[in-house]
Amino acid sequence: MFWLQYAAPHRLYALAGRIYPLAFVLAIVLTLVGLYLGFWVAPADFQQGQAYRIIFIHVPASWMSMVIYVAMAFWAWLGLAFKTRVSGMMTQALAPTGALFCFLSLWTGALWGKPMWGAWWVWDARLTSELILLFLYLGYIALTRAIDDPRRADRAGAVVALVGVVNVPIIYFSVKWWNTLHQGASVSLTKSPSMAAVMLWAMLVMTLAFWAYALGMAFYRVRQTILEREHDAVWVGELKEIAP
Amino acid sequence: MNWNSWDEFWDMGGYAFFVWGSYGAVAVGMALELWLARHQRKAVLSALRLGREEAALAGELP
Repeated sequence: MFWLQYAAPHRLYALAGRIYPLAFVLAIVLTLVGLYLGFWVAPADFQQGQAYRIIFIHVPASWMSMVIYVAMAFWAWLGLAFKTRVSGMMTQALAPTGALFCFLSLWTGALWGKPMWGAWWVWDARLTSELILLFLYLGYIALTRAIDDPRRADRAGAVVALVGVVNVPIIYFSVKWWNTLHQGASVSLTKSPSMAAVMLWAMLVMTLAFWAYALGMAFYRVRQTILEREHDAVWVGELKEIAP
Repeated sequence: MNWNSWDEFWDMGGYAFFVWGSYGAVAVGMALELWLARHQRKAVLSALRLGREEAALAGELP
């Protein structure tokens, strides 16, 4: 299969170098469209007034924090099962962006919770499980940085990524399984969304923008990990960005 | 049209602190991540250049 060639670090380096600029351009365009829809086309909410506009970044950031963790678990599994060298590099490249989105999800949630619930934070199941996700990200990053041998770091990190992934469905279903202050899902696979179409569109476009940003960031970052690990390889010495 | 003036836009119906505090954090967070990644790339490239110059001086490279 043709895509298997990208399991070779020098191929992935070249591919990532072509993808990340496209992803960043896409992220900028989608953000501009999403913000236009979110601030100029979508009307004020009849209950929450203008404050609800936080939704256009809060929900995408929360979704991405879960999606990126699942992607990390996928790469971790691939690395453990097939010993592919680039798997651990991709897992590590995704982690900081996932941690950022997880933090932003909590931050924007606090700023939305204060005016609507009267509290920055409550220990309800949705918020608590998202906080655990942040600790999983930070734990993964700290653990992999603390181990010098890359292969051992990858393997230890993969275990954290795979064990921690059970938390993702807990976050997702927390609003169903427990009585939470956090509202239930406005968008789900099983029923039509309980929000106005234009609001939904703004949220989906912002989600795509965050996807593009995360892809760009991960592919930008993985190139440095490849260089660090392959620094003695002949192809690295032939790169024009290394030439003095 | 949602806004009659820029003042009204920036006021966000009285929720300016919460709305702009959220959007501002996202903007700052992403800018910071990009800056850190760019910084890391420069550091890795210069370390590689230095390593190869030293190897060349030691006669390990052609």
